[in-house]
Parts: sequence; structure tokens; C-alpha cells
Amino acid sequence: MIAVWIHELKSYFHTLTAYVFGAFLLCFIGIGAMMYNLEMAVSNFEYVLSFGCLVFVVIVPILTMRVIAEERKQKTDQLLYSLPISSTNVVLGKYLALLVVYLLPLCVVSLYPLVFSRYGEVYLPTSYGSIFAFFLLGAALIAVGVFISSLTDNQGFAAGIGIAVILLNYYSVKLAEYISSTALGTMIALWVLAAVLGLIIRYVTGQENLALAITAVLLVAVFAVYQVDATLLEGLLPNIMTQLSLFERFYVFVNGVFDLTGIFYYLSIVVFFLFLSVQSLEKRRYN
Amino acid sequence: MIQVEHLTKCYGDVMAVQDLSFEIDEGHVYGFLGPNGSGKSTTMNIITGCLSATEGRVLIDGHDIFEEPRQAKRLMGYLPEQPPLYLGESPVEYLTFVGRAKGLRGQELKEQVADVMAQTKIEHVGHRRISDLSKGYRQRVGIAQALLGNPKVIILDEPTVGLDPIQILEIRDLIRELGRTHTVIFSSHILSEVQAICDRILIIAHGRLMAFDCPENLERQMLRQNEITLTTQAGPDEVKEVLERLYHITEITFQQKEGGYTQTHFQTSHPQPYEMTRQLFWAFAENDVPLLEMTLKKASLEDVFLELTEAKEPDPQQEENEEVDEA
Repeated sequence: MIAVWIHELKSYFHTLTAYVFGAFLLCFIGIGAMMYNLEMAVSNFEYVLSFGCLVFVVIVPILTMRVIAEERKQKTDQLLYSLPISSTNVVLGKYLALLVVYLLPLCVVSLYPLVFSRYGEVYLPTSYGSIFAFFLLGAALIAVGVFISSLTDNQGFAAGIGIAVILLNYYSVKLAEYISSTALGTMIALWVLAAVLGLIIRYVTGQENLALAITAVLLVAVFAVYQVDATLLEGLLPNIMTQLSLFERFYVFVNGVFDLTGIFYYLSIVVFFLFLSVQSLEKRRYN
Repeated sequence: MIQVEHLTKCYGDVMAVQDLSFEIDEGHVYGFLGPNGSGKSTTMNIITGCLSATEGRVLIDGHDIFEEPRQAKRLMGYLPEQPPLYLGESPVEYLTFVGRAKGLRGQELKEQVADVMAQTKIEHVGHRRISDLSKGYRQRVGIAQALLGNPKVIILDEPTVGLDPIQILEIRDLIRELGRTHTVIFSSHILSEVQAICDRILIIAHGRLMAFDCPENLERQMLRQNEITLTTQAGPDEVKEVLERLYHITEITFQQKEGGYTQTHFQTSHPQPYEMTRQLFWAFAENDVPLLEMTLKKASLEDVFLELTEAKEPDPQQEENEEVDEA
């Protein structure tokens, strides 16, 4: 794991990736700080972060697109498979290197509240709580990006899907308002989701029967719930979309609440997607 | 050293490797010979743990590659068909990474990197970017990577493909040199190459092991396929009469030449080819048929290779073995 970690770190700082990522992040947060803290003279640094988290839509895919996709394209993944290190260690090493690249500009950012506090009243606990949550939000998104990169050998494809997924997540709460909250509408939407999930399982595992079985069980289960108690389904879909939004959890911290469930939520997202990435790497061995 | 037992690999409906079993001892150079698409790379990928097997198992010095991958992989160095190089790095950086991943640290790491670079003669390009190196040098960097950690077995998948003739000779010399201190397995579809370097040859075709022996034995196995061409000053009927009295002669063809000559071509299954030609000489002499020319063409390893790999059906001996296995 340490070998992969050092190797990845070196490669990020040898190429432009780390610098472009850092520059984008600092630039965006800098613009935010100028707008909110300097121009409008607001003393809450957390608003800057709340504005700045939009930048993840672009910079996370840029950072993560090549992490596994490039190994596949250059066939260097074969080296990793033949070395005495497990896929888990490979994924962890790569992920930790990404975290370091992400943490460095964040260290610079974490000086801002201190600087501002010299010129006015800044409530530091909310500022630093939000920076911590900002870090976790980025860490969770990077884990999602690593997984997307592990699905393909095309960097561009990985970046495109990454941007789409993060953008969708960013706007999911707003989109949820437009989604039907009636029981029938929810049931149909859940059926469509079950079918999509079936297709994904079919694609990832290559097992048609398993995918069909899971889809069928889900379809029947949703229908059964609808028949037994339709009120359970009312408003379920908008709810799920709000719950799944990584950004929505971050706004809780911005509003001044240090939300432990939010921290736990981010950590589980990280573990879940890294686990999926390991599975995706292992799957390559089987076909 | 390496035991491969009933290895089978399917890609969907396609059988890439079928029930492959063999054992590799320490301290020889083994050649994996087979036409393209015969399952060489698949087998090597499975042995080195890059690919899973559908059935069967592989033991490296007693360690199962699927169950104890870490121990098993430490004993092997592998160069895949396309050298897995990070093009943006220099050989020193690249080898340092691989060495560290193989568990080397500190001074030991530095020493080993220097050692393998000296062994593969890449010291003078050590700090250039790999993307700027020629194909031959990239191949050497790939081999250097396999040598790190001092593995007992070195597995090279088609290491000479795409190189120019001088580079090919250099890589062959290197493999021969490695063979003195390591067990080397390398694959190739070029027969002369395998013949030149290997002590043992495994011939693979259609995912099956067709032969496993030293080059001399393989040639001897096929001696029955020797061909003899005769030119005599007599008609085909007379020649036929003489040949009918001898044994071990098959597939006779006649060709009449101008001036009353006959050229006769046949195959002999006589285990000793010179004994066969001696008998022919006397037979023609006794029958007063002047023998003007006689050429004996001994079967080469090339013929063995072609015969084994072109056969659509596995040879009977192999099938017998399978029946025994099933019983």
C-alpha cells in the first residue's frame, strides 16, 4: 500500500494534475472569499465553502478520471496484479494519495478564517466545522470518482460520467421538487429504478439470471407494498433523493450544526465506493 | 517448483485453455511454444495470478496462487506480453516503485535496483523517460522489473516480439544468462528461438499441451517421419518391385523424368534412418537397378511443431491419458 501511495503521489506532482486541481480549488474558494467576506463584508467563512462546493463538479472528475482507467489503458494494471500486493491495498494506496493532493490546498484554505479573524469577528467553530465537513464531502466524492474510473479504460468517459453523477447529486434536492410524490408515480419510478439496477448488475457481474432475479424480486416487492399500504410510497422518491444528496448533508454543517450522522454518512460512502472499486478490479481477473 | 493441475479457462463459450497439466522443475529454461491464440498468454497470466482459472490449480513451490497469492507471487517475476511501464517515469523511478511493492526497503532496494539495471544493461539510460526509450530498452526495463526481489522463477511472455534482429539476439543472450541462476519460462511462437535457448519445450495448441520434452527427444519422436527421395535409371514398375520387398516404407510417389529416369519419393518409419538407406542401397544393387541419387531428409523440430499444432484433433496418446485420468 505504501509503495502504491508514494508512487501515485509522485506521479500527481510530476504531472500537472495536482497543481491544476489545487489551483482550481483555491481560485474558486478565493473568488468566494472575495465576494462574501471582502465585498459583502460577511464574517461567516462557511458561506464561502457552501458556494465553493460547486467546484467539485469539475475538479473531482479531473483528479480521479485517470486513477484506474489509465492503468487499464496502458496495461500497467497487469503489473499491479502480478505484484505481491492485494487489490485492496492498491485501491487504498491510490485513494490516500488522492486525499493528500486534496488536503494540501485545503490546508491553505484553513488559514483564511484565521486571517479574517484578525480584521473582524469570525465565529471559528462553525468555520472549522464546515472546513472539516468540506473535506469529508470531497473525500466521499473522490471515492465515487475512483469507482467510476475503475469501470472503464477511457479517461474521457470516466470524467464525463463523473461530472454527470456529481452534478446530478448537486441538484438532486432541487430536482426532487419536480418529482411526483403520489403513490402510483413513486411505484412506477421505483420500477424503472429496479430495471436500471438490474441492467447495472447484468453489466458488472455478467450474470443474466442473477440480474433478472433481483429485478423481479424488487418489482414484486414494490408492487406488494403499493397494494398493502399505498401511503408508504407517497413522497418516498423525493425523500430518497434528498437523503442521497451528499451536498445536502454539508449544508447542515454550514448552518452551524456539527452533525455526527453526517460524518458517519460520508465515511460509509467512502468505504462503500472503495469496496466497489476493489470488486471492480478483482472482476477483471475473472473475465 | 511450479505445478499446474488440470487448468481450464473459459471466456464465455470459448475454451482458451483445456485441462492443462504439467510440472516445472527448478533450474532450467523452459520454452512455451505455440501459434498465436493457442493459450500461451492465458496460461502465463493464470500462473502469475493476473487471471483466475475456471478450473484447476497452480502451485508455486507449494503455495496455491489463488489461496496464498502473496507468498506465491514473491517467488515469481513476470513480464507480460506488453511491458507494463509507466511511460512518464524514468527506469530508476519505475524500478524503485516495483521494488518497494515487492517489499524491498532502504539500502536493499537501492542495491537491487542497481543490480538489475546492471544485469539488463540499462544503467546509462536510468534517468531518461521510459517513453523516450527504444522498444529494446523498454523490454529490458520490463525484464529488470521481473528480476527485482530475486524471484526463483522468471516468466517472460513473448519477450522478443517486435524487436530488431540485433535486439532479439541481445535479449536471447540475456535469457540464457538468467537461465544459469533462475528458472526461466518464456513463450514464443518462433521455433528457432525456443530451440536455441531452451532445455525443455512445451508445445501448446488449441489450449492443450501437445508435447513436453527436451528438443532432442522431440526430434527423435518424429524420426518416423523421415523422407527419402531416390533417382534411379529404371521405370516406376521396376522401382516398385524393389521397394515392395522392404519394410517401413509408405506413401510412395513416382515421377518419370526424361531419359528413362524415375524419381521416387516416400516416407520411412524406420527408427534408424541410415539403416534404411543401407538396405535401399543393397536392394537396388541386387536387382541391378542403378541408384543414381538418394537424399534423406530428417524431420526437424519445425515438422514436429507443425504436425502437433496443425492437428485439429488431439493426438491419441493425449486422449489415452485423459481416459486414464477420468477413470
